[in-house]
Amino acid sequence: MSDSLFKNIGSLSRLMMRRDRLRIPLWFIGISFFTLMVPIAFVDLYPSQQERDGMAETMQNPAMIAMVGPGNLDNYTLGAMTAHQMLLITAVVVGLMSILLVTRHTRADEEDGRAEMIRSLPVGRLSNLNATLLVLCVTNVLLTLVTGFGLYSLGVESMDLEGSLLYGAGLGATGIFFTGVTALFAQLSESSRGTTGFSIAVLMIAYLVRAVGDVTNETLSWFSPLGWVTQTEVYSNNDWGPIFLTIGVSVVLFFMANYLNAIRDLETGFFPSRPGRRGASPFLQDPAGLIVKLQRTGIIVWGMGMLIMGLSYGSVLGDLESFFAGNEMMEQMLVAEEGYTLTEQFIPTLMIVMGLLVTVPPLMSMLKLHGEEKKNRVEHLLARAVSRTKLMGSYLIISILNGFMMISLTAIGLWAAGLAVMEEAFDFGTIYGAALVYYPAMLVMVGIAVLLIGILPKLVSIIWLYVFYAFIVLYLGELFQFPEWAGQLSPYGYIPQLPVEDMNVMAVTLLVVVAVILMVVGLIGYSKRDIEG
Amino acid sequence: MSLLNVNHLTKRFGKFTALEGVNIEINEGEIYGFIGPNGAGKSTTIRVLLGILKASEGEVKIFGKDAWSDAVDVHKRIAYVPGDVNLWPNLTGGEVIDLFLKLRGRSHTSRKEELIKKFDFDPTKKCRTYSKGNRQKVALIAAFAMEADLYILDEPTSGLDPLMEQVFQECVIDVKNKGKSVLLSSHILSEVEKLCDRVGIIRQGKMIETGTLNELRHLTRTNIHVETNEPITSLNEFKGIHDIQEQGLALSFQVDAEELDHVIRHVSQFGIVKLESMPPTLEDLFMRHYENKDEGNAGGVS
Repeated sequence: MSDSLFKNIGSLSRLMMRRDRLRIPLWFIGISFFTLMVPIAFVDLYPSQQERDGMAETMQNPAMIAMVGPGNLDNYTLGAMTAHQMLLITAVVVGLMSILLVTRHTRADEEDGRAEMIRSLPVGRLSNLNATLLVLCVTNVLLTLVTGFGLYSLGVESMDLEGSLLYGAGLGATGIFFTGVTALFAQLSESSRGTTGFSIAVLMIAYLVRAVGDVTNETLSWFSPLGWVTQTEVYSNNDWGPIFLTIGVSVVLFFMANYLNAIRDLETGFFPSRPGRRGASPFLQDPAGLIVKLQRTGIIVWGMGMLIMGLSYGSVLGDLESFFAGNEMMEQMLVAEEGYTLTEQFIPTLMIVMGLLVTVPPLMSMLKLHGEEKKNRVEHLLARAVSRTKLMGSYLIISILNGFMMISLTAIGLWAAGLAVMEEAFDFGTIYGAALVYYPAMLVMVGIAVLLIGILPKLVSIIWLYVFYAFIVLYLGELFQFPEWAGQLSPYGYIPQLPVEDMNVMAVTLLVVVAVILMVVGLIGYSKRDIEG
Repeated sequence: MSLLNVNHLTKRFGKFTALEGVNIEINEGEIYGFIGPNGAGKSTTIRVLLGILKASEGEVKIFGKDAWSDAVDVHKRIAYVPGDVNLWPNLTGGEVIDLFLKLRGRSHTSRKEELIKKFDFDPTKKCRTYSKGNRQKVALIAAFAMEADLYILDEPTSGLDPLMEQVFQECVIDVKNKGKSVLLSSHILSEVEKLCDRVGIIRQGKMIETGTLNELRHLTRTNIHVETNEPITSLNEFKGIHDIQEQGLALSFQVDAEELDHVIRHVSQFGIVKLESMPPTLEDLFMRHYENKDEGNAGGVS
């Protein structure tokens, strides 16, 4: 019996590690490096307790709490600071790693028919699932140990062994939790896209529930696995309870995934699949119609996500005002200096993060063209009466509209929530302007993607490194006090921070011009090169 | 009149030369069989014809237009079936067929419905659920529902059952009867033999043989099976005799076409009881080009 279910788990695990001998180490090195770099930087940046308390002051507002979670701000040691600012965001990245790795080895293998080949060999019915779980658990446990002992080995006074291991365990437990979530969705959904989509949705909802909960009502945060991570109070109270809770729930998820896998047929799912259309709708008759049809779900999900993000950030705007109302000194100081209300001064900070996040969906939309090429599907279109320029142009237009929609939804969310919670709400124009001013930077990013697809298709993924770079210098730039040129290596560095700064028409126009040039060159390149696949 | 003209086509990928000096000519109303082993360059050639790959050297004209720079114009009159059909997993087969038809600007609903019925295809299912044969049907239905002047079919029957292969062959003959041209790349030599007017064989990126089947047969050997009253002697002294197999008084061998006369004269001296001769099949022809290589190698060693 157990043979028919679990035979050859070991060989399958080795196969997975062989297939991922670069992928897993890269995630591993990236996450560990990121985790260890930050406290080292903090030691240099905030050597005295006085400076750290100053940092704690600026962190003590609802917007920051919504972003990074609650922290021990009264005793803001280097350890507490690292845990407060980095643990949650790193845990999200670890969750993402688990989601992508699990999908790759479960539903994606099944969808592509590789699982069938494996199953024809003397291999148990549940072996593949459990080999995946095994590999992921080992990876996450190793991650726990490496980051844990790594942090301790930095020799920072406030970072003791127990706290460091708890920090690592927070990351590892989150990874294991999302391993379970993804393993479950891999049974429920019939496609790898669905598996990744649902799992990332859970990750995003967990983050947002925690954000709203941390600001308004802490009980709500206990419904989010990402809330559990921040409840460990690493480097202050060191509470291991949430870790056990996370592992416990993960084990339940593992069992559920195993049960569902055992009772289903290969290549089926539990979410119902409806019989489809007999023919194409009048809408589906050119490349643009096809692209919209293929990306529809993604666009809707991202659109909702952006709206919710805007709403959740907007919902803290009211608290922000009341928080500063109680702190007369700070209110006077900042207002006197800048001539803007405190809430207004937080708008640009929020917008940078949102401006970067809204770049992701249009980029994904544009890069689909390259994905389709690799899957040998653009040749269906190009072998018919569709020119390269028309094909790429359709992708580009949809990507640009997508970006505009995302940025608008974010702004609408932020404005609407602000309207509800603030006594003197912003007018729509202020918020929309502050958001839309990031559109040219987004166009430059899309332009780079077009250029890469058109001229250097092998290097297309570089665009994500660039996005990551922009995120690091803008999100963490002020924290690490990067020089200004570091920010200006990304298009976002040229965007005026409305409403606090003045509009810089020149810079924005130049960005648009650069974007158009990139796009045109990319389009020309695409119509001149061989199609691969 | 030639519809398609490939002149000294060379295609390089970096240092690797995939095609070298390929020549193909297809005339109006002609079915051209394009055969060769895996990796010989059939699909690469076809992708150059479609303007998906750019020729490194040489000229590719379809309907008198350049296959690369006038690709879109050319494609308005072409129907194409790829060998490996990858479809969008979350679209139904029916949607894909309609889309493909509309991308050429015309839709032929009645013809489409007829083909769906003929190929016994369920268009309401999502593409991810289709087997290889069913995905192939999507491409075939979309191709044959079009009024094209040239049909480019790259191993179109891989994955089809014999019944569907029959339907496919009917479709090709139908198209031919309307005076259209077909480029059929295939591994199923019996299919090529049955359908094609002319055949081109490609190996390692070079065209090694082109002509009508009769012309090609002329170059090859006839299979002879003979039983005689007395044992045949000194047969192996004749040139052009291959693969002699002896079973008592029965003898099987192959003989080059030009030597057939001498050999039969010689054999008839021994009192023929039974004589069977089979024309060479395309398979023999195809195999012989492989053997050539082996023999060449063996010769080099000895």
